[in-house]
Amino acid sequence: MITESYSLFKKDFHSELRTRYAINSLAMFIIVAISVILFSIGNETITTSLTAGLFWVVIFFTAMSGLARAFVSEEERGTTLTLQLIASPSTVFTGKLIFNMILVFCMNLVIALLYSALFEKFIVQNFSLFLLTFVLGNIGLAVASTIIAAIIAKAGAKGTLYPVLSFPILLPLILTCVQLTLFSFDGTRFEEAKFELAIVVGYDVIMLTASYMLFDFIWKD
Amino acid sequence: MSSYSIQSQNLSKLFGRRLIFKDINFNWSEKGIFGISGPNGSGKSTLVKIVAGLIAASSGKIIHKNSDDEIIPEKLHNHIGFVSPYLVLYEEFSAWENLKIFANIRGINLNEPLVLGYLAKFLLENRKDDLVKTYSSGMKQRLKFIFALMHSPEVLIFDEPTSNLDDEGKKVVYDIVREEGKTRIVVVASNEMKDLEFCNEVLLLEKFK
Repeated sequence: MITESYSLFKKDFHSELRTRYAINSLAMFIIVAISVILFSIGNETITTSLTAGLFWVVIFFTAMSGLARAFVSEEERGTTLTLQLIASPSTVFTGKLIFNMILVFCMNLVIALLYSALFEKFIVQNFSLFLLTFVLGNIGLAVASTIIAAIIAKAGAKGTLYPVLSFPILLPLILTCVQLTLFSFDGTRFEEAKFELAIVVGYDVIMLTASYMLFDFIWKD
Repeated sequence: MSSYSIQSQNLSKLFGRRLIFKDINFNWSEKGIFGISGPNGSGKSTLVKIVAGLIAASSGKIIHKNSDDEIIPEKLHNHIGFVSPYLVLYEEFSAWENLKIFANIRGINLNEPLVLGYLAKFLLENRKDDLVKTYSSGMKQRLKFIFALMHSPEVLIFDEPTSNLDDEGKKVVYDIVREEGKTRIVVVASNEMKDLEFCNEVLLLEKFK
């Protein structure tokens, strides 16, 4: 299944390079969102907690602007039926998940680099904790965004439905990641962040399991 | 010889409260050409989609068997070749790229001599490296036949097979239907009498309302 899923990922990757379906909207959103935050702050110095919060706010809304494309683009182009005829549901979900996972990591890496260059208080004291939060948060974000994208792909008013449906599902992840990011800024030790890390790991595992169980029902009418 | 069979048991489909068809029973086995006929809106496409495992029936069931072993829905796509006007291939890729992508996602090696033979048969050999978005609707329809045949499935399902095709294209399709019907199950859904000419049996959907 992994080889087939990887082939589906490669198809999506080459398709993205030719159509720029998601990359352009993601890049524009990152630039616009960070510019607006910087303009509104002006010469003020914002606190570390606000910096951590704004970091995940930009990540959340950027994900909302681009990650739905994995399934929405297939539905809009009418190629969903073609995919159903060549691959099993689990192959499709894994392929789309790999694509969204890589997109989320690249997107969030750019956001993190821009934040560290442009925001005074974005100083990571416990780098390994930040890295772990970043990796686990991105996995959760990619899994949740992918399954929600599959759910909304067949609905009308997709653009509105995606953030509305994602907000309650992603809220526990985002809130915990904000807290963990703040810990990494404060230099909190791993042992003291165990509880929050367990929540994020639990979220990722539950979301991944539920997604694979649900996808069969979502994928076929 | 193929020992594949498709059984329909009291198959019914409703969209909301609207009945499309009810209590369809058939047993298609080994080989042959099986037709599905009916006027527009009678449920031909709905029935072929249910047979292909693309949508669920409201009640009753379809059983695909290969040598007495029931095929699980997860694996059904490996045994089906499907052509219809509403099937869309990836327009940002060339015909050849599309076929390679489909083979890779299916987890099989692209049988190049076979596919090149089909490209020649459907008069697409010289255009195989052009993007599909530059194709006419008839050329796209021809490419869909290669998509359906490339993995040598046990069942071929052709919904409105000759739509958008010129006379030469129709002739190739009829040759394919006749030829493939000798060794495997070919299902043709159409309201064109000419498309159903070679069928061993035809299911009239008006009878299942």
